[in-house]
Amino acid sequence: MSTMDSTLEKESKTREVVVDPDWCAGCGDFGVLRSLKKATIDKELKPHQMLLISGIGCSSNLVGFIYAYGVHSLHGRALPVATGAKLANHNLKVVITGGDGDGYGIGIGHFIHAMRRNLDLTYIVMDNEIYGLTTGQASPTTAEGHKTKTTPRGNVEMPINPLALAISTGATFVARGFAGQPAQLTSLIEQGIAHKGFALIDVFSPCVTYNKINTYSWFKERVYKLEDEEPDADITDFSYAMTKAMEFGSRIPIGLMYKIEKPTYEDTEPVLLNGPLVDQPLGIKKELFDELLTATT
Amino acid sequence: MQNQEKKSGKTLKRTNEITVGFGGAAGDGLDKSGNTLAKVINRLGLYAISYNSYQSLIRGGYTMLKLRISQKKEACFGDHFNVLLAMNQDSIERHAPEVEPNGIVIFNSNKISCDQSLLQENVRAVALPFNEVTAGMGNLLPIMQNTMALGALLYVANIELETLNNVLADIFKHKGEKVIEQNIKVAEAGYNYAKQNFNSAKIDISWKFTRISKPFYSGNTALALGAVAGGLKLYAAYPMSPASNILHWLVQYSEKCGVLVKQAEDEIAVVNIAIGAGYAGVRSMCATSGGGFALMTEAVGEAAMLETPVVIVNVMRGGPSTGLPTKTEQGDLNQAMGASQGDFPRVIMAAKSTTDCFHIAVEALNIAEQFQLPVIILSDLLLGENYETIEPGSWSHDVEIKRGELIREVPESMEKKDGFKRYLFTSSGVSPRPVIGSEGMVYVAATDDHDEDGVLISDVFTNTAIRRKINEKRMLKMDSVLKELEPPTLEGPADAEVTLIGWGSTWGVIREAVEQLQEGGIAANQLHFKYLLPFHTREALEILSKCKTTIVVELNSTGQFARHLRAETGFSCTDTILKYDGEPFEPRMITNRTKSILNQEPLDLRVTEKEAREIAYHYIRVHLKDKLRPVQVVQNSKNGYSEPVWVLDLVDRTSGDLKGQLTVGVETGSTHKWDEFS
Repeated sequence: MSTMDSTLEKESKTREVVVDPDWCAGCGDFGVLRSLKKATIDKELKPHQMLLISGIGCSSNLVGFIYAYGVHSLHGRALPVATGAKLANHNLKVVITGGDGDGYGIGIGHFIHAMRRNLDLTYIVMDNEIYGLTTGQASPTTAEGHKTKTTPRGNVEMPINPLALAISTGATFVARGFAGQPAQLTSLIEQGIAHKGFALIDVFSPCVTYNKINTYSWFKERVYKLEDEEPDADITDFSYAMTKAMEFGSRIPIGLMYKIEKPTYEDTEPVLLNGPLVDQPLGIKKELFDELLTATT
Repeated sequence: MQNQEKKSGKTLKRTNEITVGFGGAAGDGLDKSGNTLAKVINRLGLYAISYNSYQSLIRGGYTMLKLRISQKKEACFGDHFNVLLAMNQDSIERHAPEVEPNGIVIFNSNKISCDQSLLQENVRAVALPFNEVTAGMGNLLPIMQNTMALGALLYVANIELETLNNVLADIFKHKGEKVIEQNIKVAEAGYNYAKQNFNSAKIDISWKFTRISKPFYSGNTALALGAVAGGLKLYAAYPMSPASNILHWLVQYSEKCGVLVKQAEDEIAVVNIAIGAGYAGVRSMCATSGGGFALMTEAVGEAAMLETPVVIVNVMRGGPSTGLPTKTEQGDLNQAMGASQGDFPRVIMAAKSTTDCFHIAVEALNIAEQFQLPVIILSDLLLGENYETIEPGSWSHDVEIKRGELIREVPESMEKKDGFKRYLFTSSGVSPRPVIGSEGMVYVAATDDHDEDGVLISDVFTNTAIRRKINEKRMLKMDSVLKELEPPTLEGPADAEVTLIGWGSTWGVIREAVEQLQEGGIAANQLHFKYLLPFHTREALEILSKCKTTIVVELNSTGQFARHLRAETGFSCTDTILKYDGEPFEPRMITNRTKSILNQEPLDLRVTEKEAREIAYHYIRVHLKDKLRPVQVVQNSKNGYSEPVWVLDLVDRTSGDLKGQLTVGVETGSTHKWDEFS
């Protein structure tokens, strides 16, 4: 880095930072990072107007590999941190990234409530059906029967269906991407960020080290693009979306399956009518203070 | 009462004051009656301070609301009891014996009775028959017996009726003229009945009504108001007693004050929402009690590591675990000290009075932002939920707001150098912090340890040198913060025989205990701590080394502050006065125990006669359907229980017939036996 200006210019253009990703070669997360960078460049989002928030896990490291404001928070807590930051400054484009363990395991309570609130947030989950950073334990999306380090006789627990959960809980934009389909993924991220409301993009992002079942080829054999096969489908239709969300077998749909318009939380919060909190004055005037002092007498 | 009273042979001089108590069941509307009376007191220009001893029930259960009314401001709710308004039999039995000589017990004789044997010398019980008093007024709601009792109370306390009528008119304004009229009529009836029938049953007291109204606040609402004045912009919370009315107050005034209030799914979300907002650049706060704070634990370290300001309020209640949800305690000091893994800078401060709750909120918001770290405010149920009159002029809207290194533009010095460094190593430990959204200062805040730029130092190769320096940088803040905090000072004569040491909400009660000791001829002073971390080690040690007998007074069972003081200063105090039964200290408890410590009397943990009665009441409630009550209590040391026992005669509540005997261990407190007579 020589001077501030040239650094800014370079990094703004490419979203590159000094740190290289530390993922295993071939990790699906590389594809997600590329698509996210491309989506933000295509949409001409300025790095300082973007805020990326993650929890803990391989995929949560992503916030350190792209040029934007970021918080690498606690395991499972990315959504509340994002909620606070968005309420503080709703002019920011806030994108949350993380994995299936972070979001659907330890963080699932926040996941459900964040969707119920419908804040204008974009949540990208790199779903690899395994705990990678902790070396290969079963995750909330690990398939039944899947043998992992902690399920040596095969997983007996039913996996979570994040898409069905999202559609039924209040998310207003629900899509599934695949790291092996970068063009579609970029488009889904662009649409997700553009969507006003809570957008979930669950991305198949294969773990090449610890998940030998849900590999690139396993997904390639099964996925099909909704926009190609069902271009006329009504994605505002709850039943259609739920049917697509439940389809997980020899064929798995990828693409946008649900999108509805609803007022966001920010729209309904009266305090935010005066602009972002971060720009509002601090403290209260004497008249109001005196009124409050006598309010109890 | 001309406040000259004899206690342990010593004469106490007090200003004009009386303490009245409303005893009854939850749902009887006692809190409302207390509030109404407090409003009357306030309009007359007198001072009030309340203590509501209540239970975790919406209806039923047992409530005792005490209101200390005085001509000048008092520092605690005291230990007097002059007038009891009893709404049920339970409150007569339990609290009539506590009413002081020359005091009065008022009861609704249509519902309950008062046995003369319960009363101390010169205490008069006066009957107030609701039905007779209100005859001819049509169908009245049972709750209106409270209004009638208030009228009678005013007569007894020598307070004019007119102000009550005005207050009632305001309270029932939204219900229309008819309701107002009815309430005023009932209050008048109560007042006049007392005037005509109570004979000499009236407290000998005269008041000077200045008629200057003053703020009437609880610690929680004071803290909320202070936070608003101090620039709070976002408040997050999950409901938990006794912190919830901070949330309720802020919701009520959210729009007016421009504070966004967010109720979230749990305390983990709450604290992370507050941290997210703090990171983005707004002042944020959250409040809870011990259990909720336990859930917030991991995020305390997160805030410190991200170097993000956040204020966390813990309004303590009785622990451990769910503990005593509606009772007070100072039991979470250790938790606050130990919350979250690793070493990191944190500030812990404890409000010392209701008035201080306002100031502490402002200070905490400032310190959090100036030093970019978590600040924990410890309050408690006693302070948080109970209302008192605030001295006018104690608070102002015009408080100093210090935002520290918060910036919107790249500092010139950095522009010229290597670019923006969020975690720049500085001598104060504090680095420039951008409002998120500002140009040229893009960075990532990480909970993994990192370098000056925010780049992680651990994932690929842990850099020991940078780790050492950034750890030191963060910890430097503790020295920087300490310089901002006012050191503790000795209150009272420097050469006292005994020094009472406290922290947080006990300041007022210790102050009154010190006064009592002084009046009793024992030279005493007080050393109080508001700031618990970082700690004024040098200043504290300097004071302590000159003290004679030092006693730490705190509301927990292990002496958490005494231990902290020892750890920070190496100074071991002479003794501790600890209480952990759910009820707050009263000054006399402290005074009496101080005297016994000075006389080198050992601590006596045996069950007292009064406690034996309380144990009996518990047994009666759980096993005997509330039908009996204890009368005579005898201690018996020859028995088969290998400890002395209390033997309590239990009689039928209505007939008074002896029904059996309950045996309670004096040492263990065990309910050994219920012997039912046939």
